[in-house]
Amino acid sequence: MRLLTGNDLKTGAVTWWTGSDWSIHVEDAVDVTGSEDEIARSEEAARRVNVPYAVDAELHEGSPRPSHIKERVRAIGPTVRPDLTLKPADPEIGNWVI
Amino acid sequence: MYEYDQYDQAMVDARVEEFRDQARRRLEGKLTEDQFKPLRLMNGLYLQLHAYMLRVAVPYGTLDSRQMHALADIADKYDRGYGHFTTRQNIQYNWIKLEDAADILADLAKVEMHAIQTSGNCIRNISSDHFAGAAADELVDPRPYAELLRQWSSFHPEFSYLPRKFKIAVIASETDRAAMRLHDIGINIVTNEAGELGAAFYVGGGMGRTPMIAPCINPFVPLDRLVTYAEACLRVYNRYGRRDNKYKARIKILVHELGAEEYTRQVEEEFVHLLDQGVEPPLAELERIKGYFEDPAFDTGANARIDRSDPDFAVWVDRNTVEHKEPGYVSAVISLKPVGGIPGDATAEQMRLMADLAKDYSFDELRVMHTQNIVLPHVRKADLHALWAALDEAGLGSPNLDTVEDIIACPGLDYCSLANARSIPIAQRIAERFAANGKTGTLGELKLKISGCINACGHHHAGHIGILGVDRKGVENYQLLLGGSEAEDVSLAKITGPGFDENGIVDAVETVTTVYENERQDGERFVDTYRRIGMNPFKEALYG
Repeated sequence: MRLLTGNDLKTGAVTWWTGSDWSIHVEDAVDVTGSEDEIARSEEAARRVNVPYAVDAELHEGSPRPSHIKERVRAIGPTVRPDLTLKPADPEIGNWVI
Repeated sequence: MYEYDQYDQAMVDARVEEFRDQARRRLEGKLTEDQFKPLRLMNGLYLQLHAYMLRVAVPYGTLDSRQMHALADIADKYDRGYGHFTTRQNIQYNWIKLEDAADILADLAKVEMHAIQTSGNCIRNISSDHFAGAAADELVDPRPYAELLRQWSSFHPEFSYLPRKFKIAVIASETDRAAMRLHDIGINIVTNEAGELGAAFYVGGGMGRTPMIAPCINPFVPLDRLVTYAEACLRVYNRYGRRDNKYKARIKILVHELGAEEYTRQVEEEFVHLLDQGVEPPLAELERIKGYFEDPAFDTGANARIDRSDPDFAVWVDRNTVEHKEPGYVSAVISLKPVGGIPGDATAEQMRLMADLAKDYSFDELRVMHTQNIVLPHVRKADLHALWAALDEAGLGSPNLDTVEDIIACPGLDYCSLANARSIPIAQRIAERFAANGKTGTLGELKLKISGCINACGHHHAGHIGILGVDRKGVENYQLLLGGSEAEDVSLAKITGPGFDENGIVDAVETVTTVYENERQDGERFVDTYRRIGMNPFKEALYG
């Protein structure tokens, strides 16, 4: 599957395309295979997100998990600061990223 | 410390308002990211993995307590309560919002700071010896010369769009504490046979994907020609540097391709041409600047003896204090490398404490080291125990300067959009391994440096032990390098062989230190033993 991602214009936060809007939670992302370029173009024109681009992903326990480690780090936050990640209480966070 | 005059302040204030307008237009959708990106980068605002990142310049690493307090306030008010001190003596904030960026720059301007020229293809923050003005071995304080060059290079219209970024370091001692020869221009203030001060110019050094040690192109430039000579070096580069290929655009490639001799000939030709062009500021300006860097009122009768009856304190004194030119004083290094911590990170609370301690014990001065620690440059020996006790209580008393725990690590894949692999977790695990096996002290001086990509922000080429993180088919892999140095015995590290995974690299570092322990002779550091016995014993131990 393919996910569309970018950084929020105002905050810089990592965001994922949900099919109708953007979410900071990767589990909200939808498969955009085949339509990624079109959505990226229209969303960039709307200027809410900086330079959206598509990444490969697979389903992991029912939720999308980006294939490349860089995108997994983007999805969660710095692995060395679990207090700043999006799942602060999740002891398995490192396993999900790595 | 240098203080802004009306021109400095007016320029910085004007730049804040200019950027405020640019950011507003971007937020209103009147500028595209392509249009805005070069504008934000000129003001140190990057877009990294998780958010915007703001890099704030700390000229030659010197700060006062008021400025450190302001940095702490920014961390609390606009970021997530911490900052990251960098290998360019700067500080970075990792969680900045675009809508706050102009306000942050305005707060910085109030304390004579900015983020100008911390990005882009221009002359970056000029770095220097973190013990400048305090070191027992320095000829003069190099910072007035660094400040003169900072003023010359700020908003220099000819050098705002160089082929690539440009880094200058200035030192004034035989001991190189600023990686001077790994800069685009390294300047060492020296004396000639007549005892006159001048500047030795080293040009074309650097790390990155093509590491090079700068050759000396002129051993003595008179100080009343310093700026003109620097301008000549830049002009030749600006004219002939490779703009067609980003990876060959640094001055080191030009010097290498032309040859140092031919590059020098062209610089000398340009220098002669510039001599009557009025480039050089009057010496009175240098004297004015020097006035800001005069010694504080040292207590020349201060007791030169340290009470070492507290054993933990004695270890810290031995490890983290450095001889000062005044016998009753030392320079004290505050380690930002607690075992298991993130190299270079400091919380807002820690920044405030360091600021207050600088005010109480170090004539209101702090320095950022390129090794990502903080220096209090002028501490009376009689005050050291009180200083150490306060640091220790705040988790800032790690006695590990220049040891295997004192690791330089770039932000790596945890924060940086360029990185291929994480650096910080590797640094943490290596420090934990050596703290646990008790070898940190017995290994002596061991400079370990980790970069998360080939850009080498973690200076891995210059580590006694260097580690380079790479991406191998989507998996982090780590190359091990041995034998580098960024000091006066400068050398470039060599790769041992095939890389290691995250666990393997920690074991590999321990393996090479065991070889060192078995092979070392009296007084040898790790890098000395490596130079004497060569790579093979280490390779055999690593790969069998």
